[in-house]
Parts: sequence; structure tokens; C-alpha cells
Amino acid sequence: MSLSADEVRLVADLARLELSDADVADMATQLSAIVDYINQLQRVNTDGVEPLAHALDLRDVFRDDVLGQSLSADAALANAPARKGDFYRVPPVFGE
Amino acid sequence: MTDLTATELLQKQAAGDLTAASITSAFLNRIRQYDPALRAFLHVEEAAALQHAEAIDAKRKAGQPLGKLAGLPIAVKDVLCTKGRRTTAGSKILQNFVPPYDAHVITRLKDADAILIGKTNMDEFAMGSSTENSAYQVTHNPWALDRTPGGSSGGSAAAVAASQTSLAIGTDTGGSIRQPAAFCGIVGMKPSYGRVSRFGLIAYGSSLDQIGPLAHDLRDAALLLEVIAGHDPRDSTCVNMPVPEYTKMLDQPIKPLTIGVPVEFLPSPSGSGAGGEGAGLDPEIETAIRAALNVYESLGATIKPISLPHSPYAIAVYYLVATAEASSNLARYDGVHFGQRAEKFAGLIDMVKKSRGAGFGTEVKRRIMLGTYALSSGYIDAYYLKALKVRRLIRQDFDRAFAECDVVIGPTAPTPAFKIGEKTADPLAMYLSDIYTISANLAGIPGISIPCGFTKAGLPIGLQILGAPFTEEKLLRVARMHERETDWHKRRPPLE
Repeated sequence: MSLSADEVRLVADLARLELSDADVADMATQLSAIVDYINQLQRVNTDGVEPLAHALDLRDVFRDDVLGQSLSADAALANAPARKGDFYRVPPVFGE
Repeated sequence: MTDLTATELLQKQAAGDLTAASITSAFLNRIRQYDPALRAFLHVEEAAALQHAEAIDAKRKAGQPLGKLAGLPIAVKDVLCTKGRRTTAGSKILQNFVPPYDAHVITRLKDADAILIGKTNMDEFAMGSSTENSAYQVTHNPWALDRTPGGSSGGSAAAVAASQTSLAIGTDTGGSIRQPAAFCGIVGMKPSYGRVSRFGLIAYGSSLDQIGPLAHDLRDAALLLEVIAGHDPRDSTCVNMPVPEYTKMLDQPIKPLTIGVPVEFLPSPSGSGAGGEGAGLDPEIETAIRAALNVYESLGATIKPISLPHSPYAIAVYYLVATAEASSNLARYDGVHFGQRAEKFAGLIDMVKKSRGAGFGTEVKRRIMLGTYALSSGYIDAYYLKALKVRRLIRQDFDRAFAECDVVIGPTAPTPAFKIGEKTADPLAMYLSDIYTISANLAGIPGISIPCGFTKAGLPIGLQILGAPFTEEKLLRVARMHERETDWHKRRPPLE
């Protein structure tokens, strides 16, 4: 199975990754080889097998709704590439 | 002094022969001397480490109670958040990231009076098997400078092997502690899923990631695990189970002991049952593993050939599960909350795409792409859900094995340390170097790699021991039985 350049561009768009044309070509070749390898899974009979997302039998964990320590706004925003007051600053979301 | 184990350094401090300050200076000197060639460290905490060491010495002098790692320098993979100290995960996108809090493991180390001597190099976001995917530098194997130290915790493994520290912390998502430990001739352990809190660990594959110790020998590894393991409500996958004192029972052998040897990991001596994996095993490694099994037989253990029939599919399962989780975990690097933002862009979406395109390296992009593809509409059933079903079959193989064996033993890696640049052009070949380690992460079981020999060319060989969930104590004791009979763990690389 091989992935076309257009398929690679679509996936890159879904993943919000800008790729150069050279990246797209490399990615198409490499992902095709990896997907070919992964396709060996189709040989395994998994009828009636439940998916295992997690190795532990996890339950939801609850705690009392009490105030604990938390980061100050300044600490939380300290690594933001751009801020305005106590907010993260981003370009306009709707249109230009 | 730097060749001593952590346990020996603790004893010498208690006896008044060494101080934390003199130990820390000695390791810092060693880093200054050898790291220009090895490049194991991304950041070295010279001033802070020395200052901390002096504070520990003062505490000792004043007769105050001291933690289990008092005065011991430790190196930490640069994927654990350190408050006020740069943490990069080996990525350009986090080159200026200064976490506002400490990871749980860092808090545990500080509470134990350990001294953070530096943060170590790694494959970007722990994605890789050679530490060549770091955005910053390539780490060299102390046993052969033209070879990789393995990965992704290659900086931590190289630092211990080169005696730049006696203890280090690594993380293991598909073998990233055990494989570099094998390549560098030291002990490395991946605890059970849920044993150590991941709070403050920069996530890669959240159903697989575990934090664990790297050390010269088993006593040191047991000591470090004792300090970092245990419940933390801030990681809801971290189980609330008592932590045994692993060092206490370490010298007690397990008797009787039944060792399962999977034909998929080690072909039977008659040549029958050699699976596709066993066939790719380096003959020198095969010989060393058989020698280790002979050691156990001479101690009265029963060696039992077993089969883990689904283990040949582990790599295929891993590269769907881990990449799917990575594509979701790494969505947070969007140039908004933290990390690099592109300088020029047209609108919000373009800003995100350009920030990620410029900030991530090739392997990270490849894995995000693969994970996004596996989760995308039309493919999720055929790839992601199929992988999760085969994952259950892999776990069931182990459950059956541990119903009749105490531990499962085989090689840690199919080859010794490979050359720098040897596998970078072929991602799939790189992935295959994790063939024996990856299934433990999928199954959530603990695994350890211990030194068990050297190739004729002088490269270390690792023996992997796997156990049922939460049997770390048994694993360490079984490993110790071999260590007592051999002296591979006492060898140090001939650096000059």
C-alpha cells in the first residue's frame, strides 16, 4: 500500500503540520513502508477480542471538591509566546 | 572516586571519608573532562549542585535526619519538569521552556536529599532508539565513541556508564531505558505501568510511558526505585499500592525459580521454533544470553522454553498505539500556551501549522503523521482498534507465561550498539532495534536490563528479565542472582 502526496498533505493538514514539498515526498515513501509493515496485523485473528487501551484496570478517581494549591496566573502565563493581561494572546480566530 | 557505586558513596559519606561537596565536585570535573566528547548532558547545574551539596553537608554536620540519597548527584533525562530550570524534551519547540513546577519524581529526589547535577540528552520527545533525534546534539557511547548510546534515554545511560554520575533517571515507552542500558553496559529498569507517577513528565505515549532508574548495579537501581515509586494523586494512573523496600530483600535468591525463555526471543538450541525475531539475533549476543541462562541453571533454576506467539506483532502494534497517543499528546504544542511560536504567519491556523512545522524534528513529525493517519476517519478500525485488540493478545501471552514461570528472560536488544548514522536513513530499521523491549510496555509489565557480557569488539551486551505486573522486587532479586556470580557490572569504559 502506498500513500500519495495528496494523502500526506491531507494528514498533515489534520495534524496542523506545515510540511515542505521535499518533506511530503519523503513522508510519502517512509509512511508507505511503515504502513506496509503494520499491515501484517491484518493476519491476526482478533474475532471476539476486546481492545486493550490500558494495561491497568482503571477506575475513575474522585476527590473532595476543596481548594488546593494552584499556579498563579503569572506562573501559568510565564511561558506563553504572547500574552495580554491575564490572557493568552492569539491572532483573530474568525477571519482576518 | 567517580567509579564507585551510589551505595558506596553513601557509605563513605556516613563514615566521614567523603563529603557531598567533594563527591559533587568530582562528578562535575568528570563532566567537564569528558562531556565535550560524549555530549550526554544538555544542561549542567554546576553552581546549584555545589550549593545544594554544601547544604547537605551542613545538615549532616548538624546531625539532622538525611534522605536515602543524601549527597548523591543524579542526572535526569530532560523530559521531566524541573521548576525554574529549562526543560526541552530534546526539542526545539521547547528550547526556552521553563516549567513552573517540579515533576513528582523530582520532588521525590529532592525530598531524598539527592543533588540534581544536570539534565541529559534524549531523542526529541523520547521518540527514537539512538538519541540521534535530539534537536541539540548527538550523544556518543562511552564504550565506542563512533557508536550510539541507544535511546531515547541515551544521555542518562552514557552519563552513568562514563561515571559522570552514579545514578540517572530515564523514561521507557518502548525500551528507552532498557535498550540504552544494554548498549552502555549498565542496569536499567522500566517499572510496571502505574508504579511511578508521571506527574510532570512530558508525555509521549501515555498508556506506555514509565519513569525508571539507571545505575551501575542492582543495589543502586533498587535504591533509586524505592525513592521514586509510590502513589501520587496527581497521576490518576499511579496505583495506590505499598512500595517494598527493594534493597532489603535484594540478596535473597528466589527459590525455586522457573525461567521462561520465549522461542520468539531466543531460538531453541536445536534450531527449531526460531521465529522471525530470533533469527535476527546477533550470534555473540545469543552466546552471552545462553551463558547467563547457564549461570541460573547452576544456581538450581529450571529453564523452560515457552512461546509468546503474538510478540512478533509488537512493533506493528506499538507504532500504531504510541503514535496515535503522541499525535494527541503533542497537539498541545500550538504556539499559544508555551513553546515556540512562528514569527510570520497568516491567521491562527497558519500560526499553529508554522510553529509546529518549524519546531518539531523529522521523526516527531513522522510519528504525529502516522498517529493522525491511524486515527483518521476510515482507518481507525483497521489500524488503531485492530492494534488494541492484538495488544490484548500480547498481554494474554504474558499472563499465560507468568502462570507457569517466575520471570521471562531473553536479550534486551538484537544487536550491540550500532554506529552513529547507521540507521538514521531507514526509520523502520531503527524501530526494529526495540523488538524485544516493546511488548513489556504494551502489556504494562516491569522489565530490567543487566550487563551480561561483551562482544569481541568490546561492546556491552544486556540481558532482559521481564516479570508479572508489580513484581519489581522479584525481578531485582532474580537479576541479583546473576550479578553475584559475574562481574560484568564492575567494568568501566576506558575513556581518555
